[in-house]
Amino acid sequence: MLQVKNISYSVPTADGGKKQILSGVDIDFADGEQAVITGHNGSGKTTLAKIIMGIITPDSGSIVLDGEDITALSVSERASRGIAFAFQQPVKFKGIKVGELLEVAHGGEPTRGELCECLSAVGLCAADYIDRELSGELSGGELKRIEIAMTLLRKCKVAVFDEPEAGIDIWSFDRLVGTFGALKGDKRITVLVSHQERIMQGADKLVLLNGGRVEKIGAPSDMLRSIHAEKFCRKLGG
Amino acid sequence: MEKFNAIEKQLLSAVADLESIPKGAVSVRENGKSIMRSSSQGITISAKTDKPGIDVHIASSVKNESVHIPVIMTQSGLKDLVYNDFYIEPGADVVIIAGCGIDNCGGADSRHDGVHTFHLAEGCKVKYVEKHLGTGVGTGGRILDPVTDIVMEKDSVFEMETVQLGGVTSSVRSTRARLKDGAKLLISERILTADKQTATTEFDVLLEGDGCSVDVVSRSVAQGESVQEFVSGITGKCRCFGHVECDGIMMDKAVIRSTPKISAEHIDASLMHEATIGKIAGEQLIKLETLGLSEAQAEAMIIKGFLA
Repeated sequence: MLQVKNISYSVPTADGGKKQILSGVDIDFADGEQAVITGHNGSGKTTLAKIIMGIITPDSGSIVLDGEDITALSVSERASRGIAFAFQQPVKFKGIKVGELLEVAHGGEPTRGELCECLSAVGLCAADYIDRELSGELSGGELKRIEIAMTLLRKCKVAVFDEPEAGIDIWSFDRLVGTFGALKGDKRITVLVSHQERIMQGADKLVLLNGGRVEKIGAPSDMLRSIHAEKFCRKLGG
Repeated sequence: MEKFNAIEKQLLSAVADLESIPKGAVSVRENGKSIMRSSSQGITISAKTDKPGIDVHIASSVKNESVHIPVIMTQSGLKDLVYNDFYIEPGADVVIIAGCGIDNCGGADSRHDGVHTFHLAEGCKVKYVEKHLGTGVGTGGRILDPVTDIVMEKDSVFEMETVQLGGVTSSVRSTRARLKDGAKLLISERILTADKQTATTEFDVLLEGDGCSVDVVSRSVAQGESVQEFVSGITGKCRCFGHVECDGIMMDKAVIRSTPKISAEHIDASLMHEATIGKIAGEQLIKLETLGLSEAQAEAMIIKGFLA
């Protein structure tokens, strides 16, 4: 189980004050659960995802994995505890090949079958990509799909995907939705930061952030209904 | 290889990938003297009579053949200057593996300056690989100042891979080229410096034949208090294309300077210079840490890949 306990985070402002990004966020993720964190732009979704991975240190609160408080652990220590993270903006590496990074992600020597499986899950063929450099010679969409494939290959307890749909074409997106659907039988916890309704629909749980606070947690079908109702009311000026 | 000791074998392996003496054309120079020289049917290696060095003639019939000409120095305080000239006949296709390894275990400077001149005839294709390495625990310098002059006739191709593997206390790498119609020059440079080492690279390329092109890609890592300087000069006097890309990673208190000298002297000359210098991107380190690597492991992987 992954527990986000009373997390708060702020950033300094130019006038010497501070801007609150997250306030008292509490969320429990059960083993095998697939949860989507959603909300308006600037509601703190990516910040929360990065706090889970240890990329950002919160002002207060804790992150607990299987009963262990991991708040003080570094990114690599959390990775070795079983947390994986797919960035919204994939990182480029000059001179490092896709196959080399997938090997690091795997933590050993992946079989050809494992490489094919993780890359085909994002619509790519291993034979075409493992010897290519993870640099500007690949398109943004290809880099993004490889980023997701790396996380799929990790033997992890918790996989965090920050806006996996960003930069993905509609055909690959269809496959991606199917891939996340297939993960549901898995024991791992999947945390998806997303704005995409199709990704939300497939989840077990939806977390709605608003202004850095948890506004609501519930089943996607109920919550999507109320989100649509709220949007409709706004349209009517209600 | 029985005649070489462990250090010499290590140097030969590092600079010329030699685990055994290859069949065919080979010339090995050790401590200022030629210790091995043989020719093949299409590649003739002969000693110069007026100054130290060799002349290498490569016949048109040579296809996909290689010639190895490594230099190793294990004697501290030695200064070696050598002139090697290569004559490549029309249509030949050859790989030339050069390189120099200096092991200095003494207090005096050891130095090797190789002046290599390539005469490429029409339509020939040359891949030239030179690796430089310094080893040894001595306080004396390990100095290399290679000069490469390339004259390229119509439609010839010269692919140069120049690598400074580390341990070289000072180097000034000077490469000059002159390209005729349709000639194509590709240069890939990799340099690693540390401590108080210095490395200077100067390219001076004259594009004077219609449709000729040059592409220079330099990647370097400067660690410690080392200083690297990269000067790329391209002059375009015709319809031509020139591209220079200089990427540098700085660490610790190192300094990297990149200076473009581009002179377009024809309306259809298209010349560009790109330079990116900075420390290892924090996002790269974090990405690799999310995959379970420590910061030190992540840094090593980034540098290894960057210089590969």
